[in-house]
Amino acid sequence: MPRPAIEVADVAKRFRLVHERNTSLKATVFNGFKRTVHEEFWALDGVSFDVPEGQTYGLIGHNGSGKSTLLKCMARIYRPNRGRIVTRGKLSALLELGAGFHPELSGRENVYLNGSILGMSKREIDRRFDGIVEFAGLEQFIDTPVKNYSSGMFVRLGFSVAITVEPDILLVDEVLAVGDESFQQRCMEKFADLRTSGRTVVIVSHSLDTVRSMCDGAAWLDHGNLMKEGDAHEVVSAYLESVSDDRRAHAKTDHSPDNEEAYGGWRLGAVRLLDATGQEVDVVRTGSPLTVRVEVDVPTDGRIAIGCGIYRTDGVHVSGPHTRLDTQGTGRRTIDFHIPRLVLAGGVYEMTIRVLDEHLQRTHTVRRRAARLDVTPVDDGDIGGVVALAGSWTIATPGK
Amino acid sequence: MAVRLLPGTDELPTELLWNLTLRELRSKFKRSALGWLWSIINPLANIAIYALVFGVFFKVEPPVGDPSGLHVYGFFLVCGLLPWTYLTNALSGATQSVTANEGLVKKVYFPRAVLPGASTLAWLASFGVELTVLGVVLLVAGNMIIPWIPVVLVLMALETAFVLGIGMLLAAFNSYFRDVQHFLAIALNIWFYSTPILYPPEQIPVHVKFAGLSIPMREILTLNPMAIFVDAYRDVLYDLRFPTVAQWLALVVVSLGSLVVGGLGFSRLEANLAEEL
Repeated sequence: MPRPAIEVADVAKRFRLVHERNTSLKATVFNGFKRTVHEEFWALDGVSFDVPEGQTYGLIGHNGSGKSTLLKCMARIYRPNRGRIVTRGKLSALLELGAGFHPELSGRENVYLNGSILGMSKREIDRRFDGIVEFAGLEQFIDTPVKNYSSGMFVRLGFSVAITVEPDILLVDEVLAVGDESFQQRCMEKFADLRTSGRTVVIVSHSLDTVRSMCDGAAWLDHGNLMKEGDAHEVVSAYLESVSDDRRAHAKTDHSPDNEEAYGGWRLGAVRLLDATGQEVDVVRTGSPLTVRVEVDVPTDGRIAIGCGIYRTDGVHVSGPHTRLDTQGTGRRTIDFHIPRLVLAGGVYEMTIRVLDEHLQRTHTVRRRAARLDVTPVDDGDIGGVVALAGSWTIATPGK
Repeated sequence: MAVRLLPGTDELPTELLWNLTLRELRSKFKRSALGWLWSIINPLANIAIYALVFGVFFKVEPPVGDPSGLHVYGFFLVCGLLPWTYLTNALSGATQSVTANEGLVKKVYFPRAVLPGASTLAWLASFGVELTVLGVVLLVAGNMIIPWIPVVLVLMALETAFVLGIGMLLAAFNSYFRDVQHFLAIALNIWFYSTPILYPPEQIPVHVKFAGLSIPMREILTLNPMAIFVDAYRDVLYDLRFPTVAQWLALVVVSLGSLVVGGLGFSRLEANLAEEL
């Protein structure tokens, strides 16, 4: 077992929630030298775990869980009130791209400035300068003041400098979503390079997809406490499970008609998920058949369009099957959507049901989170991503 | 290359310090037509105003340079005014250095001391340019200052240490209370007039009677470190003589004391700067 790249030992960080901040001496004097009227809260409360060397490690949790605070503690921007963080090797943090860029200075001058802020020597920057500029795709503009850069150019240059530091440990805070597609692609490749060259990368991200696909390990924080850490897939699954549990707790209101926007007498009735035998279910296995049964109150006869939007709980739009139907009169209608084989990968999904006119111009009624679909994978091979391809694996026996 | 400033603190990255200093210098006069000339025009304007008001209107009598024989109020003034302007600029700059770089402090870790350091060094560069111009003019006026250049350099180094120490403390305090920068302006004004810059120290009354007490005014004012600095600069540039051992001793103590106190104070407050901003 190699030594961990980062040891987080019982780290606690307290913040003051300031109600009335005295940044002037007068106010301080009048408040009897109490600097602030504040409440204290622990953004991190005794968190301990190790980030193994060479892993790409994700920090996940909802807003305010303390994951960014923890990252800033690792980056030594914040000092913990208790506990300690030991890091091994050269550390670089990507908390904000282009932090320290001076708008009046040229791209070239800023590369040297930013590079030295990130801890590179002039000689190192000299050697990598062309690479930095090329990676950012700014050969033409490198001697232009950065104030004339577009925000994309600005961020690209910032990323290029930061990634060129070649740290042993890289801390990244949600900056992956920068630039256009092709630049993002190159960023991902760069992260993959870091990973294969044995660097440790810690990523704070809201995108569970990113964490699942890029990370080996992960830690899930909630209100400053560590809920789970270890294998990225397991941690993300546990997190998703708790998110959907939360949702389920609120489900009563979610599934009520209050959650529906309906016009002109249109109305959705019950939305049910049925298995092959017609039994109502809310947990389905990957690969089994499923029927979505929707009741609609139809006020006017004619053609309608009906759609069922399937979303993963983190918002990824998975599928949007829809069709056009004749209502064949007015009154309550029952519409079934049959899925012969559910190809969704294991995870939790939600459905939005929408009824429109046949030209898709006007929404008659829409109910978001109309149903919750809990998909259990058939085997471990179907974890991760959104679809289960149900393929099979073979290996050719040598010499035959 | 990196230098460890105090035991237990981080290595001070000299390269970063250098780059930040360059940033200060480069950005200072960007987008101005006259650019670098401003670093000369500003002090010149000040000098002209003071020389007119105090030299011509008030007829302040400058001492005769001993042994240089120089007897010009303008030179007497400038030899004291330039070190003073360096102090004011450097202190104001350092005070705001951390708050002005808020974005950086909150997003990147680096030894925070480089911020007041770079600001001070940038002003040191201007000071150097000003002194060079003064030196040339003094040479033309017949003061052979070339052998004294090393002494001036030592004085500049001492003053930089003095200013940097105070500047670091002010920079940290200013992150907690923005009043510091406003208060500083007043304090500097008082300090300016209580330092013999516009007038020779001999014009300060030895004793001032106040409420029946005899206050040893001149004694008190000699405790002013800036008075000692100004005096030493004048000894070298105006009079062309070596400051006394007592003066040197006082300057070394004051400078190193300021640097140590400022450095220790800053490193204590440094850890919380990102939160306080």
